[in-house]
Amino acid sequence: MVQHHQHEVVIVGAGGAGLMAALYASRGADTAVLSKLYPTRSHTGAAQGGIGAALGNLEEDHADWHTFDTVKGSDYLGDQDAIEYMCQQAVPVVYELEHMGLPFSRNPDGTIAQRRFGGHTNNETKKPVQRACYAADRTGHMILQTLYQQCIKNKVHFYDEFHVLDLLMRDGVVNGVVAVELATGDLHVFHAKSVVFATGGHGRVWEVTSNAYAYTGDGVAIAMRRGLPAQDMEFFQFHPTGIFKMGILITEGVRGEGGILINHQGERFMERYAPTVKDLASRDVVSRSIYLEVKEGRGINGGRYVYLDMRPETVNKYLALDGRTGSDGKPLVVTGDQLLAKVPDIVDFARTYLGVDPIKEPMPIQPTAHYAMGGIPTNYYTQVLADAQGTVVPGFFAAGEVACVSVHGANRLGTNSLLDLVVFGKEAGKQAAEYAKGADYKPLEDDPTAFTRQQLDRILSNQGGEKIVTLGEEMKMKMMDDVGVFRTAEGMQSAAEKMRELRGRYPNISVDDHGRRFNTDLLNAWELGCLLDVALVTAVSAEARPESRGAHSREDFPKRDDVDWLKHTLAWLDGDQVKLDYKPVTITKHQPMERVY
Amino acid sequence: MLVYLKIYRYNPEAGRNVPSYDTYNIEAEPTDRVLDLLEEVKGHIDGTLSYRRSCAHGVCGSDAMRINGRNMLACKVLVKDVGSEITVEPILGLPVLKDMIVDMEPFFDSYKAVMPFLVNDDIPADGKERLQSPEQRERFDDTTKCIMCAACTTSCPVFWADDQYVGPAAVVAAHRFIFDSRDQAGDDRLKILSDHGGVFRCRTAFNCTEACPREIHVTQAIAEVKQAITS
Repeated sequence: MVQHHQHEVVIVGAGGAGLMAALYASRGADTAVLSKLYPTRSHTGAAQGGIGAALGNLEEDHADWHTFDTVKGSDYLGDQDAIEYMCQQAVPVVYELEHMGLPFSRNPDGTIAQRRFGGHTNNETKKPVQRACYAADRTGHMILQTLYQQCIKNKVHFYDEFHVLDLLMRDGVVNGVVAVELATGDLHVFHAKSVVFATGGHGRVWEVTSNAYAYTGDGVAIAMRRGLPAQDMEFFQFHPTGIFKMGILITEGVRGEGGILINHQGERFMERYAPTVKDLASRDVVSRSIYLEVKEGRGINGGRYVYLDMRPETVNKYLALDGRTGSDGKPLVVTGDQLLAKVPDIVDFARTYLGVDPIKEPMPIQPTAHYAMGGIPTNYYTQVLADAQGTVVPGFFAAGEVACVSVHGANRLGTNSLLDLVVFGKEAGKQAAEYAKGADYKPLEDDPTAFTRQQLDRILSNQGGEKIVTLGEEMKMKMMDDVGVFRTAEGMQSAAEKMRELRGRYPNISVDDHGRRFNTDLLNAWELGCLLDVALVTAVSAEARPESRGAHSREDFPKRDDVDWLKHTLAWLDGDQVKLDYKPVTITKHQPMERVY
Repeated sequence: MLVYLKIYRYNPEAGRNVPSYDTYNIEAEPTDRVLDLLEEVKGHIDGTLSYRRSCAHGVCGSDAMRINGRNMLACKVLVKDVGSEITVEPILGLPVLKDMIVDMEPFFDSYKAVMPFLVNDDIPADGKERLQSPEQRERFDDTTKCIMCAACTTSCPVFWADDQYVGPAAVVAAHRFIFDSRDQAGDDRLKILSDHGGVFRCRTAFNCTEACPREIHVTQAIAEVKQAITS
């Protein structure tokens, strides 16, 4: 049975970007939010360390410094007009979150607490600056909760556990989505004037990831199946500090509070790779350094991991060596209890999953697949773009991790993802409502669920015997080995070939569950299809870029090439072919320079 | 190690309209999460097994279930912590829809009923943050941690017996605002919670505190709300 709904604005995804969009869109238009999870389960809630904004509560700081740091962090691939907009908006939007009730940690004077984070600096002294506004190590949780609470207050219309499977278009204009209701298995058509995708990322492509099971690249895959491009997919961030083997995130805030990375010799090895900011270099730099240490045999006991050490004696030793002082000007000294209060969840995770008390022992960590810099191309009004010329797709907006504005370029700075969510989520909500005001409902095609049914029926009717998990594991291993922190032409080619093989085998997967109610077997299979599409486009986009920039680091092309490759990749998926095109980076104030930390 | 895994099954649509158990012997590492075992069964043995999960590290609240009779998050309990015989069942007091999936709507309805949002339209003239001392912030810190997994509410014997009771999680949500120095609607929330179905239904069984995977002192929060109403 197919059910029909009509809402002026339909928002897909209920994390930080989706909820912020919902708050703003619902002020000016009849708005509905669809999420495959309950909103409070969204992955925004897993973000820990902070949201970047140059409030200057503890020391001098400027939005212009934040802008430059973000441009540099992006390895000059970020679009500078969009970055400047985001960093300027950061200050008022953080105050707005506080006004909504977000329980930030506080300084003694009652202002919002701020901490150091990788790549955020005082542009004059080049030293780390306290810019990350935080609520202990639960900043994402607090943002998600606060925005959801505000949505309840403002009576936003939610469709919880509705999994969107298709984007509807007519004559190039977006006019709705198709979703399956998990509880019943019914298909629902949502006829809309404008659609916002805020569906999150796709870290589940890789074997070791900090990402939730839900992070399966649905938004990018759906858009590509409707003929739209994906931008800069070769740039995927590996966060330096994931729990060894499990990949669970250990916030950069641990290093912001004085924690350091050490190798088997007990050496603080980041001094060699980033002499000025050391452990607080950009994530791409730190992840590469860990890989090189491991490669040189300096992993702990020769293994594939190093230690993140936040024992008070270690922290205090290096705070003294770095000459760090407190707000009273005296040398900074911390206690175990103070560290526990700053990062309580990290202590809990380490105790639960590692059996390690990080106040007493160092934590074994390795880089973990964390964040998609690439995604659906948009301008900084969040309008989705169809090509390298910047042609807008009418009625279609995207924000948050699924979108590529691009404010993160080739490497995102910590705390800028939460910022991206709220700044561009808000913009998307406003834009979508504004667009809806001046638009009519574009008539639907005759059989709007045809493509969705075709995809689901093919999975349900297969007797091929391939298992979802087998294909998934082969994908994750291959992408981890060959499209991870370091890459070579040979590795990426073989990864692309492997993804084509897996996509060839995909039609032979069969599922056990043929029912309608909560058929998570079927939806896992559908999500795997998204992951394979995204993985293929990632491998091909990566292989085509013969330089090293940000998170895309090639052993065979170790240098950045601004002459030929200071440009964004656009990729279209057509069968098992990937068509590529390129578009220029917007540069306003900051000419590319060598990037050292 | 070999784990004997016993899983509750219920799916009327597929003819399993009487709850029963499926059993498996699974090879596992002591450091595996119980969720990893469920993934092993679903991925390799029986794809019809159904449960909710997302973050897999105890912060999203999707996978509260009864593990050896106690409410826990399947992703936040390791095999070595529960032993080699593990029984997994849905949380109690909410209608079971399929295997470990329960109807969460009544739970979220109770949450929404306590005004779980900051009420304060006064914004500082300079547009900046409202000031709040670290001590004022600390006052309600514990109840900000709630992830709405329902482990507390569905461990509460009063909630099992009385579907009017809003349950511990809703009280936690109210507490988070009642004790926030910035909020102006504390009296409204206290009125809601002093009603039939409110906080005085609590009989201080402490199950909620024991069940909370975020180690929130739930019973204490309820006591503080009771105190605020009577004082």
